[in-house]
Amino acid sequence: MYTQAIDTDPTSRNSPTSHASVAEDVFLARIAQDEKIEPQDWMPEAYRKTLVRQISQHAHSEVVGMLPEGGWITRAPSLRRKEILLAKVQDEGGHGLYLYSAAETLGVSREQLIDALHSGKAKYSSIFNYETKTWADIGTIGWLVDGAAIMNQVPLCRCSYGPYARAMIRICKEESFHQRQGFDIVRALCEGTPEQKAMAQESLNRWWWPTLMMFGPHDSDSTHTGQASAYGIKRISNDDLRQKFVDVTVAQAEFLGLSIPDPALRWNAERGHYDFGKIDWDEFWRVVNGQGPCNEARMHDRISAFEEGRWVRDAASAHAAKRAARAVARAGALEAA
Amino acid sequence: MSDSSSKSLAPTDWPLFEVFIRSKQGLDHKHVGSLHASDAEHAIALARDVYTRRQEGVSIWVVPSKAITASNPALKNENFDPMASKIYRHPTFYDIPEEIGHM
Repeated sequence: MYTQAIDTDPTSRNSPTSHASVAEDVFLARIAQDEKIEPQDWMPEAYRKTLVRQISQHAHSEVVGMLPEGGWITRAPSLRRKEILLAKVQDEGGHGLYLYSAAETLGVSREQLIDALHSGKAKYSSIFNYETKTWADIGTIGWLVDGAAIMNQVPLCRCSYGPYARAMIRICKEESFHQRQGFDIVRALCEGTPEQKAMAQESLNRWWWPTLMMFGPHDSDSTHTGQASAYGIKRISNDDLRQKFVDVTVAQAEFLGLSIPDPALRWNAERGHYDFGKIDWDEFWRVVNGQGPCNEARMHDRISAFEEGRWVRDAASAHAAKRAARAVARAGALEAA
Repeated sequence: MSDSSSKSLAPTDWPLFEVFIRSKQGLDHKHVGSLHASDAEHAIALARDVYTRRQEGVSIWVVPSKAITASNPALKNENFDPMASKIYRHPTFYDIPEEIGHM
């Protein structure tokens, strides 16, 4: 499961206090007391819009996130790994559904959400626009990408919107399996032949920086963070989450005997944290804006899967209509008898 | 295939169902989420795939979301606040002398 802390919609950047009203004051007071907001409750339009955008972006990420891994299901190195990968990819589809359902409670339809993704209007996490070139990438995605996603998502279990928070609780439980199975793949490679270990290292080299970008722009460049935290949607800042991720991951890489591709990475005893190098934000924005290695391929595959599955949906609708008609006919026959 | 004059249903045109799962024999069915399906039987099949991948349940109920009537959130205070003062409904309101022991 994957979120990405980016806000590409400038219209949502109004301060929540700029259009104060009594209802809004009451609403903000409820949030301040850590009360949950439910679908029937009054909410400011900006709150609703922010949530629809964030939850749907999150749902799209789950669904598109099936693609980089799906291609490896038939090429997994053993039956056990194949079963595990199938289960993981199925989970991602389920996570997409929990989240679409949560977004729909805010008054948007599934059709609108899917249209927004397919027309390119909606974003999804840019991490899925990178290639999965080797089997080690499947391990690295679980270990790092899902690991980063968990860091992002655990605080969302306490977010102010009830349906989103409840979906996140279920998702986080399942996500832990995803991270561990990834670590297990990388570990097996690191304990294998020198070629296998080199494959793991090469994969880490490619995924490390894109993973750090998943936490979104620096707090100083993210005007949206202020509003989202006032609304109780974002609990911990991008930079704090990123730091937490680096701090726990360094020890894991050391255990595996892998080196993190950052010459500036070192322990800072004064801060009690690892210092790390500069992130290439130009690359981040390039990929977000469509010029990543796989943006086109991902959208192409997503849309074809949707179109090629249309006959299944049509068949289900036809079957339901036939059964409903038969039930009516049976009831009519009983009445006549 | 369907003829072009009758536009086929997109999955989003399917009605919404609320899903309830009984986690263990003897326990209540609990609301777990919602999903779209072509009919109730289809909703059960989808709910099985989506909500019981880790043996979360032994039984599934689905209810068309439309069939649920909810209390008005605007009347929350009127409906529920009066009970706050009725603490004498709870057994802990009453002091039982220690000599009496369990009651």
